[in-house]
Amino acid sequence: MLLFKSKNGKKEQGKLAIPEGLWIKCPSCSEIIYKKELERNLEVCPKCNYHFRINADRRIDIIFDEGSFKRLFEDIMPQDLLDFTDTKKYKDRLKEDSKKTGLTDAVISGEGTIDKIRVAATLFDFNFMGGSMGRVVGEKIAKTFEYAIQKKLPVIIFSSSGGARMQEGIFSLMQMAKTVAFVSEFKKVSLPYISVVTDPTTGGVSASFASLGDVIIAEPKALIGFAGPRVIEKTIHQSLPEGFQRSEYLLEHGMIDMIVERKDIKNTLKNLLLLLVNE
Amino acid sequence: MALQYLDFEKPIIELDQKIEELKTFNLSGITNVDDEIKNLEAKRDKLIKDIFKNIGNWQITQLSRHPLRPYTLDYIELITENFIELHGDRLFMDDKAVVGGFCFIKDSSGGYRQRVLIVGHQKGRNTKDKMCRNFGMPHPEGYRKAQRLFKLAEKYSIPIVTLIDTPGAYPGLGAEERGQSEAIAKTIYTLLDVKVPVLSIIIGEGGSGGALAFGVGNKVLMLEYSVYSVISPEGCASILYKDVSKTEEASNSLKLTAKDLYGLKVIDGIIPEPLGGAHKNKVLASDNIRKAIIENLGYLKKYDGETLRNDRIRKFTEY
Ligand SMILES: [Zn+2]
Repeated sequence: MLLFKSKNGKKEQGKLAIPEGLWIKCPSCSEIIYKKELERNLEVCPKCNYHFRINADRRIDIIFDEGSFKRLFEDIMPQDLLDFTDTKKYKDRLKEDSKKTGLTDAVISGEGTIDKIRVAATLFDFNFMGGSMGRVVGEKIAKTFEYAIQKKLPVIIFSSSGGARMQEGIFSLMQMAKTVAFVSEFKKVSLPYISVVTDPTTGGVSASFASLGDVIIAEPKALIGFAGPRVIEKTIHQSLPEGFQRSEYLLEHGMIDMIVERKDIKNTLKNLLLLLVNE
Repeated sequence: MALQYLDFEKPIIELDQKIEELKTFNLSGITNVDDEIKNLEAKRDKLIKDIFKNIGNWQITQLSRHPLRPYTLDYIELITENFIELHGDRLFMDDKAVVGGFCFIKDSSGGYRQRVLIVGHQKGRNTKDKMCRNFGMPHPEGYRKAQRLFKLAEKYSIPIVTLIDTPGAYPGLGAEERGQSEAIAKTIYTLLDVKVPVLSIIIGEGGSGGALAFGVGNKVLMLEYSVYSVISPEGCASILYKDVSKTEEASNSLKLTAKDLYGLKVIDGIIPEPLGGAHKNKVLASDNIRKAIIENLGYLKKYDGETLRNDRIRKFTEY
């Protein structure tokens, strides 16, 4: 059991004495980590290498050269075409998550450099309605590809999504077709489309553009699959094997190219781009 | 027999049974009851009309899953000639939840000259058949078989007709292990990309990504009482409403009927069904589908392959 000194100097059991905001418990190994240290370690547990989920802004910091990332297509705003209400109004959910994350929807798109190589990119933010894909997400991905075709840039999409945004009904389903259509268009220019899948990537995102990268890279132990584990368990009435639908499992089954730790991703992307982009 | 009626169809049972009885009686030839039969039939048809006039989204969802509803192979049997089914994905196995093959379809002159590839989801009728077809829920192999056939159709410049009828792609261990996501994504990619006409028709349940994989045609049509949705009303009620009793409400919110989706400009047309639904008159339902295929392929065949491919890309980038 982990013991540590709290602020007032008294020895206490870790679990009870985490001072708000300064320490965080690793969900994987239960280590209590000093937040500043976790940040220095790119939100990866120094003890067990658990990759914490990070938001889109933080990923931009990690991946792109400092100050190089310019956001694009920020004027595309979500609409409630079906006037959808479940336990809450969809309009209210959008407002709440916008306030919570400072984003207009579940992705940030833009252009930046990775070790001076220009790329167009879209990054998912799981904190905005579980990174779900509705019309704004689909449109921004489409625009990213379109922009990359015009400017002759490689595309990288960093996914983290529970799948389709059900509150947009059939329109969310159509985003699967829309994003795949742009993957198809992008082959006109012989440039790489790299898909980076992070925890979790499931449903309509996994079953569309995210699985069609020329190269697919996953973060360690990310959950990646079509159906969520609970749905599968309910369907087949048996518990799932250890590690099922995790990055390591997908690599073993030939579904992804590689697993890359967060600290190495920038360098791996740079090396891939150096090889695949013909100057 | 009573099990084959939906709840809202139940008022029809009594009249159906009386008509059946009289028909048997008529065969015995003792007394002529033709008039009585006609009377009852008119009465029954009016009753059906009244019931169907006020039919809601949840009733339509039930009709789309009706145990007697015609499935892909029923339509193939009724509207095609020389159907040759092709099997297997050449990678792992033959998935019986998806059927596909080349055939001739009866054209407007009554002859069989129009070649097509038909690929569709296939549900089973009895328990054994249902298991064999996995309730119309494909594994990755079903989608990979479809991709293989789509490319063959392209090779021979044969138009593609997809018939959609699935609760969804199968959420199982083997399906995930063998890349269900990749299989669906690649099928969408392939069907968007082929340089031949593609016509997609939702004939029953259009369940989520497993349905969309076959749904990226130049034209997308729906049978009058079919549904198409990102999630089932049951799933939506349980996940979003956190209350399974809200299924009917969810079916309304999802706007999943042919009429809803035509209004939202998500589909290009509605194929009418016979009075009481496709299961009441398979021959008529089939002929309506046949006419829709001939009409739409007639239009699409005027364009070259590259134009058709670009038309699909443009169509689906507009959502
Ligand atoms: Zn840890």
